Amino acid sequence: MKKVKVATVWLDGCSGCHMSLLDMDAAIISLAQKIELVYGPLVDAQEFPEDVDVTLVEGAVSSQDDLNKLKKIRQRTRLLISLGDCAVTGNVPAMRNSIPVQKLLHQVYVEGVQANKIIPTDGVPALLKQARPLREFVKVDMCLPGCPPPAKAISSVIAELLDGKKREGTLAVKFG
Amino acid sequence: MPQKKLSVRIDGELISAVEGQTILQAARANGKRIPTLCDLEGLTPVGACRLCIVEISGTDRLFPACTTPVQDGMSVTTVSPKLTQYRRVSLELLFVERNHVCSACVSNGHCELQAMATEMGISTVRFAYNYPKLAVDLSHPRYVLDQNRCILCTRCVRVCAELEGAHVWEVTSRGIHSRIVGDLNQKWGDAKGCTSCGKCVQACPTGALAEKGWAVEEMVKKNDNISSLVRRRGVQA
Ligand code: SF4
Ligand code: FES
Repeated sequence: MKKVKVATVWLDGCSGCHMSLLDMDAAIISLAQKIELVYGPLVDAQEFPEDVDVTLVEGAVSSQDDLNKLKKIRQRTRLLISLGDCAVTGNVPAMRNSIPVQKLLHQVYVEGVQANKIIPTDGVPALLKQARPLREFVKVDMCLPGCPPPAKAISSVIAELLDGKKREGTLAVKFG
Repeated sequence: MPQKKLSVRIDGELISAVEGQTILQAARANGKRIPTLCDLEGLTPVGACRLCIVEISGTDRLFPACTTPVQDGMSVTTVSPKLTQYRRVSLELLFVERNHVCSACVSNGHCELQAMATEMGISTVRFAYNYPKLAVDLSHPRYVLDQNRCILCTRCVRVCAELEGAHVWEVTSRGIHSRIVGDLNQKWGDAKGCTSCGKCVQACPTGALAEKGWAVEEMVKKNDNISSLVRRRGVQA
């Protein structure tokens, strides 16, 4: 059987959703036999491949770099899943949204530190005005809220996508 | 004077109600649940959240069950695709209007807004988030008012006026600018009328009003206490 190509992406989030993904215990072994992890923080690939079946995206869209990545991912993915509250609602990264970016950076990197009062610009992507959920930029096929979504919810969603069968006792979705 | 009995149909089932009851009260008295958020048993209903909307035969309009009195011969529908659609929209609009960051909220896991979203299977909203800049009032020694989490249900306003008799809370401004304010827009800590009874905190369905000193997920509201207090005192809503 041809393995389903799955990618995971980490935008503006805390990596908690990825931790939850890894937290699915033994389910991960049977899953590994059916999927090929082609891209993400858990594997080495540098370039997002063409022709991915399912991509799970953690995190809000916070910078121009996030946005560029997301657009490329959307073009190259059949099913795009918003994984976790940051991707679904903006969540914690969006708590900065009512503060102008320059003021925010100044507060954090100048007023907020004792030494090295410099706002970093080299090698870091420019922040967008606000951190916003994926759905506001690209078409999203499915949302899995939670902070993080429980491992059980992630594994049953993937399992359902793989064989098209609804799982009994799938956890109720919940923000937070 | 004995109250007049009325016959009403709710979702096809014939039930008997009492004159003066609302559709919500009649439904509940017959073991039928209608989703609600702004309603709190014992307080005067105001019809603020529109979650309890129902269909009534013979008219295209939707009616809030919590404020609409039953009438003899009325036929009410409480579950339909149209109602689900409208309830979802109301709920989604509540989520986008302010900053409901469940993961960072004292009421996470015990919030009526969050629970309602789960019940309706809402995994995302269809509208753009508003992300407004809103105040958090920490001036009271024991309690917090976080406008980010307020859904303007006015339970706090009503419990303060109707049960405590203190009339501290009010709603100022209109539409999207509406805010809950204490003592004609004083900081809570300066509101002389406040007796610090905490009834508003217990009545609030979200983490907007909370006790100080709790971390995320720790604030559990006891709004059953409000309803039972009303019953024991015999206050009529
Ligand atoms: S503070 Fe709480 S009780 Fe008062 S209107 Fe807002 S959500 Fe309702
Ligand atoms: S419960 Fe009836 S409008 Fe809120």
